[in-house]
Amino acid sequence: MKLNLKIWRQKDAKTKGELVDYTLKGIEGDMSFLEMLDVLNEQLINKGEEPVQFDHDCREGICGACSLQINGEPHGPDRLVTTCQLHMRKFNDGDTIVIEPFRATAFPVITDLVVDRSAFDRIQQAGGYISVNTSGNTVDANAIPINKHDADEAMDAATCIGCGACVAACKNASAMLFTSAKVSQFALLPQGRVEAVDRVQNMVRQMDLEGFGNCTNTGACEVECPKGISLKNIARMNREYLSASVKG
Amino acid sequence: MSGLTKSSIARKVVMALSGLFLVFFLLQHFIINITSVIAPDTFNEWSHFMGYNGLVQYILQPVLIAGVIVHFAMGIALEIKNNKARAIKYKQYKGSANASWMSRNMIITGLVVLAFLGLHLYDFWIHEITYKYIEVSPEDPTRYLEETVHKFEPFARTIIYVISFVLLSLHLWHGFASSFQTMGVNNKYSAGIQTFTKIYAIVIPLGFIFIALYHHFNPITH
Amino acid sequence: MGILDSKVPKGPLANKWTQHKNDINLVNPANKRNIDIIVVGTGLAGGSAAATLAELGYNVKTFCYQDSPRRAHSIAAQGGINAAKNYQGDGDSAYRLFYDTIKGGDYRSREANVYRLAEESANIIDQCVAQGVPFAREYGGLLDNRSFGGVLVSRTFYAKGQTGQQLLLGAYAAMNRQINRGKIKAYNRHEMMDLVLVDGKARGIIARNLVTGEIERHSAHAVVLATGGYGNVFFLSTNAMGSNVMAAWRAHRRGAFFANPCFTQIHPTCIPVSGDHQSKLTLMSESLRNDGRIWVPKRIDDAIAIREGRLKPVQLKEEDRDYYLERRYPAFGNLVPRDVASRAAKERCDAGFGVNKTGEAVYLDFASAIQRYGKEEALTHGIKNPDEKEITRLGKKVIEAKYGNLFQMYEKIVDENPYETPMMIYPAVHYTMGGLWVDYNLQTTIEGCYCAGEANFSDHGANRLGASALMQGLADGYFVLPYTIGDYLSKDIRTGAIPTDLPEFEASEAAVKERLQKLMSGSGQHSVDYYHKKLGKIMWDKCGMARNAKGLQEAIVEIAALRADFWENVKIPGKADGMNQELEKAGRVADFLELGELFAKDALTRNESCGGHFREEYQTPEGEALRDDENFKFVSAWEYKGEPKDAVLHKEELVYENIELKTRSYK
Repeated sequence: MKLNLKIWRQKDAKTKGELVDYTLKGIEGDMSFLEMLDVLNEQLINKGEEPVQFDHDCREGICGACSLQINGEPHGPDRLVTTCQLHMRKFNDGDTIVIEPFRATAFPVITDLVVDRSAFDRIQQAGGYISVNTSGNTVDANAIPINKHDADEAMDAATCIGCGACVAACKNASAMLFTSAKVSQFALLPQGRVEAVDRVQNMVRQMDLEGFGNCTNTGACEVECPKGISLKNIARMNREYLSASVKG
Repeated sequence: MSGLTKSSIARKVVMALSGLFLVFFLLQHFIINITSVIAPDTFNEWSHFMGYNGLVQYILQPVLIAGVIVHFAMGIALEIKNNKARAIKYKQYKGSANASWMSRNMIITGLVVLAFLGLHLYDFWIHEITYKYIEVSPEDPTRYLEETVHKFEPFARTIIYVISFVLLSLHLWHGFASSFQTMGVNNKYSAGIQTFTKIYAIVIPLGFIFIALYHHFNPITH
Repeated sequence: MGILDSKVPKGPLANKWTQHKNDINLVNPANKRNIDIIVVGTGLAGGSAAATLAELGYNVKTFCYQDSPRRAHSIAAQGGINAAKNYQGDGDSAYRLFYDTIKGGDYRSREANVYRLAEESANIIDQCVAQGVPFAREYGGLLDNRSFGGVLVSRTFYAKGQTGQQLLLGAYAAMNRQINRGKIKAYNRHEMMDLVLVDGKARGIIARNLVTGEIERHSAHAVVLATGGYGNVFFLSTNAMGSNVMAAWRAHRRGAFFANPCFTQIHPTCIPVSGDHQSKLTLMSESLRNDGRIWVPKRIDDAIAIREGRLKPVQLKEEDRDYYLERRYPAFGNLVPRDVASRAAKERCDAGFGVNKTGEAVYLDFASAIQRYGKEEALTHGIKNPDEKEITRLGKKVIEAKYGNLFQMYEKIVDENPYETPMMIYPAVHYTMGGLWVDYNLQTTIEGCYCAGEANFSDHGANRLGASALMQGLADGYFVLPYTIGDYLSKDIRTGAIPTDLPEFEASEAAVKERLQKLMSGSGQHSVDYYHKKLGKIMWDKCGMARNAKGLQEAIVEIAALRADFWENVKIPGKADGMNQELEKAGRVADFLELGELFAKDALTRNESCGGHFREEYQTPEGEALRDDENFKFVSAWEYKGEPKDAVLHKEELVYENIELKTRSYK
């Protein structure tokens, strides 16, 4: 198939970027979206031009490195997939595809389609952990039984891959789904309750400091999340935050 | 106030609580207004009570005004903040793929409702203030229905009211249920809350529209 | 023993580790504050080591090429993590886990290391649960287990199909806690370009900031490499695109011996290559072989008809199918170990029976499992005389409950519904057992340079068992290295901070810059991927699932020629000062081009077949691997001497005091 691509090109953080047109032929439906970009890059290199830079690593939908706003949606039109698992069979011959970096003030562009998502790391550093030292003599893993339902819900929250699609999709560039997934995972487990009050306050404070927008419950994040993280987590974080505020 | 706005979640909660308060006020306002159609004497009686009762005038009215101001001021402040959170916009952004028009355009529906509120205050509240405190006219428990019906004589004003109520409906459609999510309620009752929201968002504005049209087409002629 | 001293403590196997921990020197807490440690790589091994070292009080600097430690490729591990907890009461013990691992590794790993691994396995689970890792649980609230290939007990803990992700996020969280305390400084989007030795000791690294292109000097009292495996030498593998051997190879060039490079695991159930555009391969969990039957057509004309799309697999009658694993290995059938299953698939495809358009795929068929489960379900639900449709419907529901997410993933990639038509699978490079040689303390042959996780060679011998990679990474990082490194560092309490303006740093930085300059100044004939793909093809064809002397000799010559061509003609657009992903790839491929040759040389030297290393010359008349314990019961550790062809072999003789060596048989 033949495609018309409009790709955001930007030399570095300081330079202004723009959409550049490319035409690409011979794309097969079995290719992943990133393999389509590989083909483009191989052609650009052979022509002596600089290839399009984009983040990617595992290419099996789990590392969360790949991003891309494709035709106005993070990870493209398919649901429950990352860009690396999006296949070209979802597009038609002659389609125009607009490819932009994830946009948020908290995700500054580094170059082309590569953005800096270290704000997410800093949110996790603010409290996304349970304070336990590695001693080799913590309590036995089966000492505290955990209700299967809670354990499963914690697991569902924990599947977040930190790709940033929630922020990219949100009209407010809010990071509530990301932050709430970690808060929820620990809120649901007895191990996590001990530090629950500090955790939610510190993580939300850091989230706000990073300059993410405010959640207005549009639900776009849940729809676009490649791992299907539920809005319930945001509600849970709101509860946690309110109760933490009351407790001080 | 600064304590209420120190974090994004606190700001959300302020929006949700003030919104819920206004939803409740709307219901109360509707109940009084509908009597203007079905029981005109009751309408006059209740209106007079609202206009001259000390508790309503000096406690509830200021609370309502504060609620309105907080809701709108916070809404606008949030919109500005949210805009800054994506300083460089997408060239292509397909919001319709993942969220409803209502949820994405609360600021538009909200501002229209705000503009309407200006007109509405001019029509009724300013009039009341003028009547009571500037002209210092005597109490007249029977004047309210007639005054109200008069307002709906002009076709243009009636249309503005109708359009505003449509936008209010859209605002409620997202906002009402959304405030529960903000307050941390997302459980087995959420589907029920959603349904109730939709019914409320249709029935109440439709009722107001009915009242406006009823009075427009049934003018009081002496 | 030559110059290789494994430093395995004396005494009975079960007491070695405890005794060793009691004997080694410690660093007092106040002195730990004055000691810096660099950890390169932030996967399970690196992340857990960094967090634990920082908890102990050392100043840690971590380096990873990804934008966040959370993206290290440990995240992609699906199945689970083994631990000898015996929660199922099925007679599991540290000894059994130790025994299974040694046997699974085809008797090419070090007894004492493996026993320690088995001993620490239980601690890992306790630690991870305490960290909030949401392992799967039973209705009673206790941890669930499942079984994996090659063992007789249920000892695998799991978190859905994302065990690696959850364990890595646990280690990442532990790191975050230390970053928040200021005890870890994380350098993300940084790549280690060289190891700096001062007076023969590892004292720092040269790193490239991948965003700015800056070359930076970082000093420390010890350097830990936890940089994963080198499966990407094959170009196509289940590794991440960025997985590379650079850090390990740079250390190798500075004096760290490279052990058993030819021991590579080829996983039998991966989604086949669909075309030349393919950039990486996706694994389908080993658990599928519990219910799927593997087959190819019996007649070659049927295979051709299928390849050309004239025939559908479901149209082929039962008697026209060759369930070759069941035919060749009646005792184990479809559940033979990974290496055996992979070779059998290759044998059929090489003979022309492959079933996709490239001829490199076999079927993994769930039709009979669907029927079997359907009938069972009908029976248990009291449905009398169910028709075929009803049975199929019930059966599919059971399969969906067991493998739903894998089936969905397959359908997204291949665009075929595996409930209706058999899956196509083919073996793919998955894990490398070889790596930097380390002693019992995980120290390489360079003093002060340690190596943990997949990057070292230590625990899996010639073949790794399922669900053991996660176990090794975390055992090394949480429970082994933080203690053994203290023994070394106890001598450094008076050293003080290592200055970065030493001539050794200067020289190393200059060498790195020169190498980058040289890469940038290629004549501009071909892209980096062009060379990487060529290398991958040589490796796959001649150093893949089956190897022979002739092919290996050819590979050595071809790789050397390709390397020369690469340095002459590679084309890298852009500049070195700034983000340049082509330059990053080039540096990695340059090292693969050296490693590949050593790999072939190692395979050529090892005149036996064992585990993942299958030499066609050394097989039984039935085509099974023929191990030679008399002549090859050793670890090959290669010393760098310039070109890979000049590398010198050192042997660490493997001593088995607790286990009797046997031939593996699955017939």
